[in-house]
Amino acid sequence: MKPAPFRYEAARSLSGALELLAGDQDARALAGGQSLVPMLNFRLAWPELIVDLNPLAELAHLDASGGDLRIGALTRQATLQRSDVVAAGWPLLIQAVAHVGHAAIRTRGTVGGSVAHADPAAELPVALTALDARFHLRSRDGARSLSAGELFQGALTTALEPGELLVEIEVPASPPAARTAFLEHARTHGDFAVAGVAVILAPGEHAAIALLGADAVPVRAAAAEQALLNGAGPGEAARLAAAGIADDYRRALLTTLSERALDQVMA
Amino acid sequence: MTVRIEINGRVYEDEVEPRTLLSDFIRHQAGLTGTHVGCEHGVCGACTVQLDGEPMRSCLMLAVQADGRSLRTVEDLAGPGGELSALQQAFTEHHALQCGFCTAGFLMTADALLRRRRVEPIGEAEIREELAGNLCRCTGYEGIVAAVRAAAAEY
Repeated sequence: MKPAPFRYEAARSLSGALELLAGDQDARALAGGQSLVPMLNFRLAWPELIVDLNPLAELAHLDASGGDLRIGALTRQATLQRSDVVAAGWPLLIQAVAHVGHAAIRTRGTVGGSVAHADPAAELPVALTALDARFHLRSRDGARSLSAGELFQGALTTALEPGELLVEIEVPASPPAARTAFLEHARTHGDFAVAGVAVILAPGEHAAIALLGADAVPVRAAAAEQALLNGAGPGEAARLAAAGIADDYRRALLTTLSERALDQVMA
Repeated sequence: MTVRIEINGRVYEDEVEPRTLLSDFIRHQAGLTGTHVGCEHGVCGACTVQLDGEPMRSCLMLAVQADGRSLRTVEDLAGPGGELSALQQAFTEHHALQCGFCTAGFLMTADALLRRRRVEPIGEAEIREELAGNLCRCTGYEGIVAAVRAAAAEY
């Protein structure tokens, strides 16, 4: 239960970190370490080089001055959770991050790390999918931006290429009338979720539903969203949201969770 | 690699491998064995220490990452003469420990919570939420929650 040997480099600048990551096919970026270090301890991961991003204060910003919320990839989950700016404009993120691990995990765990790790049971990717977030990537050779649908490819798998780093997440503002809810089912509090749902609703104007546990990646429930805009109630929209899920148990869970979440935002 | 880590106000300087976990540095190199190591993958909470006043898992941080940082471990709770802190005293009075393996983690988690929330009163639901990241296989948790509630008035 100790890591295999690796080389360690503390990043001194973003460009330096990108250079290090580009120079070694077997390098891994270390952010909060709340998933990577357990994987090192279990020897499920045995990188040759660890590039520690933690010294990069330039990646730890949380800024809404431009209207959209810009979350530096190294922003701690605890910082997100305690942000008044986020609570006022993006309450779904506060509702979702409260389910991430436990307090001592959120102290170190980062928003970007949670996204880049892409655990199928992770809450923040699902909330960010509902929020139509853009994911900004950098590498030594360039930059690009992806949607959630483009980024999340499968369990623990993203479109990030070797040498590429998630540096910022950009979250558009929701309509002022929007209300949000995030609900999940886990066997015990703080454990990995079996199923969950993120909902944003401004009646007649905007509807977004993203599901956790329907697939290995976050899933948008487009038919249910359209039905909500056409005046559907919580029960009908929830049935539509979960209708395509083959597994009976998960379909039942997600139907119930979706209906409860929609009840909350439509009450 | 050489690291200098301040723990409980004293600086410990030593050589570590990059793969040395902070929990192992605290126990084996600083000799502070009050911090216990349970699962070594961030689930049990036994190794919880405070970094900048916030609770965190010392098994999920590399010792090299703590270079130049300041930590607090369970040894810092009692007074210079070994007199128990209010929280430790409450643990003894409310039967909040039996075998004691998890206790250091609970104390450091609860101490961080009570310090952060010393201005506003704290409810039982919030205490349970915060302590949910620490596992105890002896007590059934009731005594631990009662001890933290009792100690809250002393912070």
